Amino acid sequence: MADGNGPGRITIAGLAFAFMMLVLIIISLWLFIAKPWWFPELASVRGGDIDSVFTAVLIVTGIAFIGVQGVLGYFVARYGGRGTEKAGYWHDNPKAEAGLLIGTAVIMTVLVFMGQRVWASIYFTDAPPGSLEVQVTGEQFAWSFHYPGADGVFGRTDAKLITNDGTNPVGLDRKDPAAKDDLVSVNVMHAVVGKAVKVRLRSKDVIHSFFLPHMRVKQDAVPGMSILVWLEPTRAGDFELACAELCGAGHYRMKAKLVVDKTEQDLNNWVKQTLAQQTGN
Amino acid sequence: MPVLTEDRIAGGLGGPPRLDPPSGDGGRGEPDSSFPVSTSQVATWLLMTGIAMLFAGLTSAYIVLRGVPTWDSIHLPPLVWGNTLVLIASSLTFELARRSVKEDQLYLLRMWLGLTAILGIAFVSGQVLLWTQMTASGLLLTSTLHSSFFYVLSGVHAVHISGGLIGLAVVSVKAWSGRLSSKSFEPLRLCATYWHFMGGVWLYLILLLVFA
Amino acid sequence: MQVEHATEHAHPQLGFWRKYVFSTDHKIIGIQYMITAMAMAVIGGLLSMLMRLQLAWPSQAWPALGKLLPVAFAGNIMDPGFYVSLVTMHGTIMVFFLFTAVLTGAFGNFLIPLQIGARDMAFPFLNALSYWVFLLSCIVIISALFVAGGAPLGGWTAYAPLSALGEASGPGEGAGMTLWITALGLFTISGLMGGLNYVTTILTMRTKGMSMMRLPLTQWSLLITAVLGLLAFPVLLAAAILLTFDRAGGTSFFIPSGIIMNNRLLGNSGGHPLLWQHLFWFFGHPEVYIVILPAMGMASDILSTFCRKPIFSYKMMVYSMVSIAGLSFIVWGHHMFVSGMSPFLGSVFTMTTLVIAVPSAVKTFNWLGTIWGARIRFTTAALYSIGFISVFVSGGLSGIFLGSSAADIYLQDTYFVVAHFHLVMAIAPLFAAFAGIYYWFPKMFGRFMNETLGKVHFWGSLIGVYAVFFPMHIIGIMGHMRRIYDPLFYDFLKPAAGMNIFVSISAFALASVQLIFLANFFISIFAGKKVKENNPWHATTLEWETPCPTGHGNFGDELPVVHRWAFDYSVPGAKNDYVPQTIPPGGEKV
Repeated sequence: MADGNGPGRITIAGLAFAFMMLVLIIISLWLFIAKPWWFPELASVRGGDIDSVFTAVLIVTGIAFIGVQGVLGYFVARYGGRGTEKAGYWHDNPKAEAGLLIGTAVIMTVLVFMGQRVWASIYFTDAPPGSLEVQVTGEQFAWSFHYPGADGVFGRTDAKLITNDGTNPVGLDRKDPAAKDDLVSVNVMHAVVGKAVKVRLRSKDVIHSFFLPHMRVKQDAVPGMSILVWLEPTRAGDFELACAELCGAGHYRMKAKLVVDKTEQDLNNWVKQTLAQQTGN
Repeated sequence: MPVLTEDRIAGGLGGPPRLDPPSGDGGRGEPDSSFPVSTSQVATWLLMTGIAMLFAGLTSAYIVLRGVPTWDSIHLPPLVWGNTLVLIASSLTFELARRSVKEDQLYLLRMWLGLTAILGIAFVSGQVLLWTQMTASGLLLTSTLHSSFFYVLSGVHAVHISGGLIGLAVVSVKAWSGRLSSKSFEPLRLCATYWHFMGGVWLYLILLLVFA
Repeated sequence: MQVEHATEHAHPQLGFWRKYVFSTDHKIIGIQYMITAMAMAVIGGLLSMLMRLQLAWPSQAWPALGKLLPVAFAGNIMDPGFYVSLVTMHGTIMVFFLFTAVLTGAFGNFLIPLQIGARDMAFPFLNALSYWVFLLSCIVIISALFVAGGAPLGGWTAYAPLSALGEASGPGEGAGMTLWITALGLFTISGLMGGLNYVTTILTMRTKGMSMMRLPLTQWSLLITAVLGLLAFPVLLAAAILLTFDRAGGTSFFIPSGIIMNNRLLGNSGGHPLLWQHLFWFFGHPEVYIVILPAMGMASDILSTFCRKPIFSYKMMVYSMVSIAGLSFIVWGHHMFVSGMSPFLGSVFTMTTLVIAVPSAVKTFNWLGTIWGARIRFTTAALYSIGFISVFVSGGLSGIFLGSSAADIYLQDTYFVVAHFHLVMAIAPLFAAFAGIYYWFPKMFGRFMNETLGKVHFWGSLIGVYAVFFPMHIIGIMGHMRRIYDPLFYDFLKPAAGMNIFVSISAFALASVQLIFLANFFISIFAGKKVKENNPWHATTLEWETPCPTGHGNFGDELPVVHRWAFDYSVPGAKNDYVPQTIPPGGEKV
């Protein structure tokens, strides 16, 4: 005992710390296994892949977390002293160190590969042909959604045609024949269950971010860029869209609604009816 | 106490040989440190490293934006080459000053230092004149990205050359009051290093701005 | 042989102002940095208390605050612009003016000459200058809160074009933002002066026998951090220069064509907002290691002292810090996975980011290895160095989620990120700083801080930090975005309301516990138990050879000579359970 081998004194401080670590482990197990609060209910294809990556990392880090915090608590409880006894003097174990280093590197490499497969499926895979298309524009502090309408062709837009009163947020040239059936909807977006939708993201002023939590979609909208993100909804219903990049005082209220229709006909009807309402028919 | 006036022998030229094995603590005024380079020399190199990173940041921005499709190159007035030559000449005169002090030729030292100062001031004035010329001919800060970068890069550079002129003034005061000799000229050596470095930075900048 | 009181280095007696205010003595300058940083911590902390108030009870009326801050609380309800300016200033003040300042500025200044065996820094006047420029930068950043329009609202990250368009993009983006940029420019200059001093001093002024591999880990961490600063901060300065030209000069470095602001089409053309992010994060990522590395160094040394056991694998601790520093320059893109940056780069940055987990893991194993077989003396400093390990591990592990680009798509800009960086960049360094303060307070002031209050501070803080920041992981998983004035605006965030209240109340409790620390600190300077010996903790490093408090000139007539590394605790065959670095070989048996 006195020469540094074997356990030290059990102290109150040591036990208290070990107890804290135990409480920490128990609470985290509860939070991450019982999941009283968790991800919003999944509603897209890619979202499932993202959730799998999260789960994989969770398992690895969970084991590491419990292991390290547990060992920390155990050691602190076991190896107390009064400042007068000698501890052990050993301080190197190259084999153990190399083993732990290589082990960590291997685990990290596996995680990288798993994650990269999903990343590639999102960024290096084209949307299937025949996908819906929407041009989304963020501005301080609203979202506008430009649909090409039945002809499938987007009407010409020009920044000089943008009006101050919100009637033409993207500067659609109504004189362009292709623009006749285009709908520009503010803060309401529609998609169709089981059908991929290609979103072209733009911004009029500062950086915003297109965030659909249930779809696990997030992509910054950068002025001067036109960025493509596509998704395939798996459930019908209403979903919230939020801005996820600080864009000014009104950042918190850049909310929009995504309505996932059951059929493409429903979406087309919505486009026609909303256009009719806007043009005052 | 100014920064660059450490008259340390260790790492300088000449002076008694260092104790072997290395000993001492390297404190100010105390026996030689076991580190082979003097305190001021280390400080000067660190300063140049920081400045290099500043220009690395600015020029990496240039390189990134150089690729935009709307890039519009400007034509720089020929004065820019004249200024460049003046700066190169000032490095040469500084180098001649260094050689003079190594040979204890104090009259020549003061002459070359004076010439360096004149050339240095001529460079900065020449840059200001260049900006005036450009503005008069419609090449403004905001005209194109290329002109914006030129003004910013040459401006930041001129600020640092001006700092070098202050150092040069300090060294000149020492030269004129007889405090520099072949046995002790660390301030001059360090100031020259800084000066050559800023000259090198200018060559890098001008080549980047004109040919890239 | 030490004289009881350090003989005054041959200086005339200095008056009060030269001795305690305009001093060039590194110890005084270190204490000045410490107290200034503590003041900034209080301000930054108060700002976050206001934020937590809003997050727990969004859009609640607060009549008292309405009277105190009529503009920020117009109609007794917090203004949304004020909320995001709080976010911006809290982050800015804490990252730079607290953490960088206290770890590098305060501990660096106080400890470097003492631990390497020198009388002062290489350039004492430059050192004093760096403090006064730092103080000036503090005054400038605080003034941003009070100008017309208020403080900027772009976050501490100040993304362009929001930060480049001036008042048009939001209140506070005019004068407030200009002051913000000025303060950071001054801070950068102060930091570069300091960094220059640190590297020069550590390299050239080590005492006889103090080879690099005999340096305490604190010194290695300060050296590496100073080098990181010299390489990274100038890039921030470059970005700030370009931003200033965009704001005031009409240039278009970060502003593309086609921007419509206040219904006007701006005439800029050619710039790229992502360029700001690249420059900022090229600086920003090394910056977070500038914060954590000195914390790791100090925590390691203090842990070893109170475990009465050498740090496990000193060499690997040094190499891991060096590799962390080097790797920190090639991971910056992990802040930009969804920014619109090329997805190919996204893949590259995931790989480099997960690589940086390896040296951090090595350090964690080594800390555990140090405690294994130890005989821990549970002082407050010891408790904080142990607590450091726990919070660092918690924070570090959540980084693995964020470094995996696919998972980061969802987690980016959520409270999961907030939890991660607070634990690893705020709480862990804070715990290390507390360990350092309780540990070196006797050396600074000749008195002890009260240990009982210290322990109350520790246990309260340990529980408090986990109560505040652990739930944030869950809140983030629920999708809660950052920098959101009113979470209840979103249906999907309503289930998080209870947790937000829990976090806020915990935060208020945690802040209250810090008051105990502040009282303990300041009262103990004047009334703490006096230290009766040079080396009350029985530690091995050189500063403990000097009196408590250390006098001017540090080491008496003769500088110390070093014969061994800094970790000879519990040496078999030695008379004591510690052997100072100055004891020659064989001397430990006597």
